[in-house]
Amino acid sequence: MKTSQIILTALLCSVSAQADWLNFRGPHASGYDAEATGSPKELNEDTLAWKAPLPGRGLGSAITIGDKVFVTAASGPDQKQLHVICFNGADGEPIWERRFWATGRTMAHNKTCVAAPTPASDGERIYAFYSSNDVICLDLEGNLIWLRGLTLDYPNASNSLGMSSSPLVVGNTLVVQVENDSESFAAGIDKLSGINNWKLDRPKTANWTSPTTLNVDGEEIVALQSSEGVLGVVPDTGSQIFNFEDGAATIPSSASVGDSLYIPSSGLTAITVKTDGSETVKHWNESAQRPGTPSPLVINDKVFIINNAGVLNCANRETGERLWRIRLERSDKSGTPVGSFSGSPVAGAEGLIYLFSEAGVGLVIDVSGDEGEIVSEIELGETILSSASLDDGAVYIRSDGHLWKFGK
Amino acid sequence: MNPVLFLATIFVLALLPPGKLRSETWTGPLNQIAKVGLEGTGNVEAAKAWSKLTQQGPEVIVPILEAMEGAGPLARNWMRSAVETVFDNQLNALKDLPSERIKSFFIDRTNEPNARSLAFDLYRRIDADDANEVIPGFIDDPSPSLRREAVAQLINKGQTLLDEDQKNESIKVLRSALDAAREVNQINDIAELLREQLEQKVDLPRQFGFLMYWDLIAPFDNTERGGFDTVYPPEASFDVTGSYPANGDKNVSWQEYSTSDDYGMVDFNQLFSPLKEVVGYAHTEFTSAKARDAQLRLGCKNAWKIWLNGELIFGRDEYHRGIRIDQYILPVELKEGKNTLLVKACQNEQTQDWTVEWQFQLRITDEAGTAILSTDRKTTPEANASTRRRGE
Repeated sequence: MKTSQIILTALLCSVSAQADWLNFRGPHASGYDAEATGSPKELNEDTLAWKAPLPGRGLGSAITIGDKVFVTAASGPDQKQLHVICFNGADGEPIWERRFWATGRTMAHNKTCVAAPTPASDGERIYAFYSSNDVICLDLEGNLIWLRGLTLDYPNASNSLGMSSSPLVVGNTLVVQVENDSESFAAGIDKLSGINNWKLDRPKTANWTSPTTLNVDGEEIVALQSSEGVLGVVPDTGSQIFNFEDGAATIPSSASVGDSLYIPSSGLTAITVKTDGSETVKHWNESAQRPGTPSPLVINDKVFIINNAGVLNCANRETGERLWRIRLERSDKSGTPVGSFSGSPVAGAEGLIYLFSEAGVGLVIDVSGDEGEIVSEIELGETILSSASLDDGAVYIRSDGHLWKFGK
Repeated sequence: MNPVLFLATIFVLALLPPGKLRSETWTGPLNQIAKVGLEGTGNVEAAKAWSKLTQQGPEVIVPILEAMEGAGPLARNWMRSAVETVFDNQLNALKDLPSERIKSFFIDRTNEPNARSLAFDLYRRIDADDANEVIPGFIDDPSPSLRREAVAQLINKGQTLLDEDQKNESIKVLRSALDAAREVNQINDIAELLREQLEQKVDLPRQFGFLMYWDLIAPFDNTERGGFDTVYPPEASFDVTGSYPANGDKNVSWQEYSTSDDYGMVDFNQLFSPLKEVVGYAHTEFTSAKARDAQLRLGCKNAWKIWLNGELIFGRDEYHRGIRIDQYILPVELKEGKNTLLVKACQNEQTQDWTVEWQFQLRITDEAGTAILSTDRKTTPEANASTRRRGE
């Protein structure tokens, strides 16, 4: 192959990788993708590209790889039928679907469901994970690579309310958190064989948070959040790098930027991991910046949280000082709150925040000015408990019944 | 390979009938998939086998379904995915599918229930009208999911008759549906129609097979949740006349208890008043007509352990995350005659309103969810006599 061809191939791969949304909350599982450009500024009938029916319930977001979009779902009287569906991103037509029987417990609170975690990918394979502890690895064409039934392996690893932690692929390892009141653990699973690289006992407390990654001197570190704090581990070995022990929330997850982590802990706490990775430096804590169910979001020099009252707070990322806050209300001037939020905010290169309420109202919020402004609003007419996903020029959101694509 | 041996092998293969030759193309991969085990063992080999299977034609569909007999839950999932992939490939290519063989497979009740249900789903995609014609025959099927289809049709029929004010006919149809139903949601739907709209009596505890009569003893200490692992005297041996030191300085003894709850809820708070950080035990006997496989189906939002005939079956130290019928399904072997059951239920320190419950529900069923009743099962207690103390 000629040098020019190699460069061109590398460039194309690079462009493709940048555009993909590979897991819950995208890059570093933190919600902000500086490479996702051209997302629609308005969500309306004109920007709705397609709407596809789904075969079952699900809270997990869509992930995108190239021109394919992947979603999981669970169906049947006890949600014992697990689905992985691949759509054509261009037209919303299903390309393939794979179905499996749940091998673990499927009991969950009515508000959540068995397909609560967002699948993860390394760009070549899909890793679907469910509250039943089934882990399914498929390639992009739907060929089965491996299966795990973590409840078969660890019979008391379950939460009767349901679990929702989304997995993450880091290097050669799929990281899963299966944290509950009983047999609580996190594991690093070899992404090719499905065999454990490592398994750590974790606090025996129900935990619905998802792992995030930090980049410390070019090394990826996985941050495992729990009620006790945040444990930083090497993804391939599970070796401890740092341990933040001030406690943390068990529903909203942290957001990272480089070696900094913004933790839902006593409100919001900002830490940096030292360059040798051994310790953390606490920069600030703001008790008033307390995230509700949605996870925090960092865009450049600002950090955003949405509290349980439906108020969007913007703070200075360096100091934690609040810059502004707005109540998320309907645009009809009635003062009606948009409602509660279960999904987390995400944003692309233009810095527009995409957020969907439980009542099915989608918002686009411009946060580039001195105060946030809702610039677009759409009613989807279905309950939405999930977070949006971004691809170049597109926004995806799913309910129990449908997957929507807005944009090009 | 030795050239002579190679030629001899070719010669022997050529003499085999075509069916036999083809069967060898899937036998090896299916045997490989059947070997997948815990913690990911066998995954890499299974993936290669899966790839070989899914490159084959529609003739592989029924052999894969047949291989599900005796396969573990992980292997069954590998096989299911292979069957559906081959089926989808054929369907997308507008090629013929072995519809009659698939139909014969799900009609045969001796085949594995999950595989039969899958075969029915595939057949419905080939010939939906004929599949609907077949459904009424599933009314007494050993496969729960196939039986559900038939029960659903009966519920609809009963509702239609009710809407047409043909109450007697509706009752007859819904009673048939109730006899056949095994799934909780369907049983509840039928009972609601019969009770609330047709003023019929329904003995739900008997329908489900809940155990209603118990002996209870409490409270033992569960400070800092330490009682879950502490072996208190009732775990060591059951003696209905036994009296043991418990919380505080007084002795406690076993008390008779029965529940009239539709869902067999055994509520320690009814006898011992709401308590926190305590352990209680419940004991009962169950007479089985024969030695047989069965399932203990437990619902409990407290930490719990359960013993059958003195053997610890399972335990779980989760508190107040929810309860539902059949929350935990535990395979066991009943012996002929008297079987003893002991349940340990632990209450923790939480003080929220939703942490008051200190209770469990237990039923015994076969694998399909059909209630197995004790041969000496007593009449279901009346609703106004839900709690009885010894001697009352």
